[in-house]
Order: sequence, then structure tokens, then C-alpha cells
Amino acid sequence: MMRSMVIVSRLAWRNLWRNHRRTMIMLTAVSIGVWAMIFMTALMRGMVNEMIRDTVRNLPGHVQIHHSEYRDDPSVVNSIPQPTGELLAALESPEVVAWASRVRVPAVISSERESRSVTLLGIDPARESTISFVADDIAEGRFLDDGADNGVIIGRKLADTLDTELGKRVVIMSQDPDNEIADRGFRVVGVFDAKTQQLEESFIFTGIKTSQKLLKIGDRVHEVAIIGPDFRNVAPMYKNIAAATGPGFSVLPWNELDSYIGTMLGVMDGFVLVWIVVVFLALSFGLVNTLVMAVFERVREIGLMLALGMKPIMILGQIIVESLLLLLIGLAIGNALAWLSVVPLQGGIDVSIVAEGMEMFGASAVLYPELLIADVIMANVIVILLGFVASLSPAWRASRYQPIEAITKV
Amino acid sequence: MSTVRCVELCRTFKQGDLEVVGLDHVSIEIEQGEFVCLVAPSGGGKTTLLNAIGGLDRPDAGEIWIGDKRIDNLSKGDLAEMRLNNIGFVFQAYNLIPVLTARENVEFVMHVQGVSAEERRRKSEAVLAEVGLEGLEDRRPAKMSGGQQQRVAVARAIVSEPTMVLADEPTANLDSHTAEQLIDLFMSLNKKHKTTFIIATHDQRVVAYARRIVKMLDGQVVEDISQQPA
Ligand SMILES: Nc1ncnc2c1ncn2[C@@H]1O[C@H](COP(=O)(O)OP(=O)(O)OP(=O)(O)O)[C@@H](O)[C@H]1O
Ligand SMILES: [Mg+2]
Repeated sequence: MMRSMVIVSRLAWRNLWRNHRRTMIMLTAVSIGVWAMIFMTALMRGMVNEMIRDTVRNLPGHVQIHHSEYRDDPSVVNSIPQPTGELLAALESPEVVAWASRVRVPAVISSERESRSVTLLGIDPARESTISFVADDIAEGRFLDDGADNGVIIGRKLADTLDTELGKRVVIMSQDPDNEIADRGFRVVGVFDAKTQQLEESFIFTGIKTSQKLLKIGDRVHEVAIIGPDFRNVAPMYKNIAAATGPGFSVLPWNELDSYIGTMLGVMDGFVLVWIVVVFLALSFGLVNTLVMAVFERVREIGLMLALGMKPIMILGQIIVESLLLLLIGLAIGNALAWLSVVPLQGGIDVSIVAEGMEMFGASAVLYPELLIADVIMANVIVILLGFVASLSPAWRASRYQPIEAITKV
Repeated sequence: MSTVRCVELCRTFKQGDLEVVGLDHVSIEIEQGEFVCLVAPSGGGKTTLLNAIGGLDRPDAGEIWIGDKRIDNLSKGDLAEMRLNNIGFVFQAYNLIPVLTARENVEFVMHVQGVSAEERRRKSEAVLAEVGLEGLEDRRPAKMSGGQQQRVAVARAIVSEPTMVLADEPTANLDSHTAEQLIDLFMSLNKKHKTTFIIATHDQRVVAYARRIVKMLDGQVVEDISQQPA
């Protein structure tokens, strides 16, 4: 059996190149198909990952800690103490890349002309700049200097609606834990641009100490946001942190904090699989057809080989090896093409012309294709496995020929 | 020794509603080393008999023995094994695998038998020389004449020293001169290796060479003559 493999693979290889034109056409089809599988997957991955990263950067982080009531009622009273002891130790462990605690309450911001309800965030600028978007996206003015900074940073869109601008004063009004109005004037020290207007409209930032003083909550905060090394794999970090917090806290990973985006990642994995399989199915028609023709053209020599005493399983093997060789070459070319076309585009493809309105879904106007090794492996494995299955029927048919009938076929 | 013995072989084919007689109670015995010509007009049953002896087709009734082994009731796999190891085939046409060179065609059977590379090489070299094809070892069938192709087929048939060679109209597509050369080759191989040759033909040039001629008609053996070959 093993020794016959030499002759089986030699026959398969020679037969593959027997009809050059047909083989080249099939190779082209397989290569383009594989390229399309991988390239499109990389684009889709890039798009969704960018969305997830943006979402994560747009405040949640990978894991968040809140007061257990806060998510239902984000009011000033549902606050938590600054992390200490066991929790602090968990946050300082190596699997946490960065973390920041925040004051986060609903508030109203007013200029001399307009008022808007917003979410006021009191932040520690040094910590915050490593995990969320604001520091990088200041378009005018400056970022906050420290936790005691008493300036405010607002979004571009909000500045427009309030008809205010850098350097002007605004009033921010909220409630303290005793249900008393807490308000004071702030100077606008910075204006940020965000990927979506909704972000620019909803969030304003000031120093954490300033906000704690305004709200009369001492050293308490409302939220701790934590970033790990990889948003796809937050479970271990999440478990450790959850274990380190006592009762009365709620600890949630990003995909539960934002279930829309969380579901998106799962849907995406399924979608990639479906896409790869669909492309393969299209290819498999060509493949099966090619094999059926090849077998049909070679009836007589298949009959001859059987007559000479070759086992039917060897005939079966020949056709399958031929098919796999074709797929392997096609895969090699397709993978190379995909790699060659993704790498130069990793700096981003500007799709703003065709993608107006995309930001509605939280997607940005620049696509960054991402070649995930797991996706590439999946595409290759699927092509080989399904290719094998698709070759079975023509190969089986070839091996079932009756030698004398086959040999006398005209 | 491996005497071939057919006992009351019958084979009928169904063609629609019609029953066509292929073999009609054929009994024949061929001893090891004989050189036998099966002669019959077209449709006489030559191919059917060769296929039955060669284990390519199963008779409806009767027995076939090679030596003391009964082969007509072997399983498909055992028949394939028997063909591989005991029988050399030369067909009328399409004898060779087009994508393999002369040498590789000759080595094909040995590959399937699992013979080592060196031995394959040594034997194929020797046998190709024996049939007069040195220098053409690396040619593919399409680049050889009909006579040369048949020689390759003969080389393949004898290379693993089968007990018998079955040839079905091996000269049908050859001109007289080439046909005679091929028959000379058969004769000398038969003498040298004591391999049984059973050749189906209606080529008178072939018949003249044979020591034994079995004449068939409508699936029956009608005459079995021994003669001094020309
Ligand atoms: N597969 C088949 N199906 C139907 N009839 C068949 C089949 N094979 C052979 N026959 C019939 O059996 C009879 C014997 O055929 P066979 O091929 O043995 O003759 P032959 O002597 O080899 O003839 P030829 O010289 O034409 O090759 C013929 O009548 C033929 O038509
Ligand atoms: Mg015939």
C-alpha cells in the first residue's frame, strides 16, 4: 500500500499536467477563490475589530467594575470606593495592561444660549490617556493636566450645539448624594473630535478630584475600566478581578457591557465560516466537473490499470491525490496573493467615498484588513477537507469501473 | 507446473432481450510453456476465453484451474492479485499508460507488486533490451510507433516472470514486417523463459508460427491441432 503511493502520486502529478489548459483554469479559479476567502475575511475582521476596538476605547475598556446598582441606575449615590487591597493587587497584576477609575454621572451642561444633558466623567488624565480615546483626539486646546484640573473638555458637536468654543465658560449641573443641586462654572479648555457624533455630543470630561468635590462624594468613584492585552481573551483577567471584588460590586467584560458589539464578534466568527464554505461550494462545482471529465477521458487506462492488477483503492487514491495536488497549489497561490494584497493595505483603506453613513454603525471610514492566522488556517483546512469530500464521488466512480468494459470503451 | 485447465466453460451475454453465446462448453488444457494460438472469426469467443483465463471475467458455468488452483470462483481482490502476479497481458490497443515513459510502463506492475527501486530498474532495463528497445526507455507512448508500443507492452507482460502471457490480437494494428518481428519476439521469449503464451488472433502470419492451434466458432472449440511451426 505505502509502496504503491510512489506510483500513485507520480500518476496523479503527471495526469494533473496532462490537460494544461484545464488545470490552469482550475488553478486560477482556486487561487482567486482562496484569495477572496482570505482577503474578504481580513477586511471583515478588520472592520469588526476596528469597531470593537473603538467601542472599547470609547470608554468601556475590556472589563469594568461598578456598584451593583449602577448599571440600572447610574446615579451619583451608586458609587464605589477607590480600589484598595486585594482588588488593587489584582489591578496591578501583569495581565492588566492599564486601568483607570472614573466619576461618572448624568449632568446638564449649559452655555449662555443652550443646555444639553450629557454624561460627566471625572478622570485621572494620566491613567485615562492609556485606555480611552480623548487624549489622542483633542482637536483644539489641551487635554486635562491632572485630577485636580478644573477645566472641561467637550466634543466638537456639543460645542457647536451649545454655540460655545474654546476658552468660554459653561455651567455644569448635577446632583450630590443628598439630592441637592451641585453646580459650578467651568472653562472649556479642550475640544475633542470623535469617530461618531454621538460621542462628541454625550461625554464631557473634567478632573476626577474636581468632580468629586463638586458632587461631594469624597474619594469615591463610579467606575473602574480595565484593559487587558487582547479583547478576544478577557476571561482570565475578568475572573481574577471578579474574584478580588467583594459583594455589592458588579464586574462585567466588554461583550456584556455592550451586548451589541459582543454579539457582533460571535456573529462574525460564524460569518467567516459561512463565507469560506460558500466560496468553496462555488469552486467545488468546477473541481468536481474537472475530475469527472478527467476520469471520463481516462476510462481506458483506468481499465488497463485495473486489468493489470492495480487495486481499485489505488485508482481512488490517484484521483484524490490529483485533486488535492491541484488544491494545494491553488491554496499556495491564493494564500500568497491574499498576503500580498493585505500587507500593503494594512495602513488602512480609505472607504469614506463609498462608506458615507457607515459611522452610524460605529464603523470608521478607514478599513484596516486584519489577517488572522486562525482564519487563514481555517480557510486552508476547509478547502482541503471539503476538496477531499468533493473528490470522493468522481474518484469512487473511477475505482468502480469493470476492467474489461473500461478497456474496450471507445 | 501451472497447467491451464478449462472445464465446460459457459458464458452468455445479455444484449437487450437477446442472449449471445460467448463460450459454449469449452474444455481445453494448456501445459506450461506451450505456445497456443486461438483462432476464430470475429465473434468466435477468443476474447471471452482469454478474459476468463486471465481472471478479467467470470464464466457462468464451468471451472478454470491454473495448476492446482481454481480461479473462477476467486473474489475480485484475489483475482486482481492473481492477475498482478501470474499473468502478463498484451491487449490489441491502449496497452500503455500515456503519462508514463516506456520504462515506467514496464515498471508499473512491479511498482504495484512492491518491488524495490533497484530491482525494478535492473529488470526493466534488461527486459527493454530484450525486446529491442534500448535507447527508448524514456519515451512516452505517444512518441513511439505502434510496433514499439506493443514491444513495451510485451516487456511489461513478461517482466515479472508470469506463468503465462495472454495476448489478444497483438498484431492487429501492425504492418506485416512489424507483426512478424513481434511474433519472433514472442517465440524467443517462449523458448527462453518457458512462459506459456496464449495468443488470440486471426492473423495467418501468427498462426503459421504456432505449434498448437485451437480453432473456435460461435463459442465452441471446433479443432485443436498440433503442427510443426513454420
Ligand atoms: N460484453 C459483451 N456484451 C454482449 N455481448 C458480448 C460481450 N462480449 C462479447 N460478446 C459477444 O460474445 C461473442 C464472443 O465475443 P468475443 O469478443 O469473445 O469474440 P472474439 O472472437 O474475440 O471476436 P473479435 O475477433 O471480434 O474480437 C460475440 O458474439 C460477442 O458479440
Ligand atoms: Mg476479441
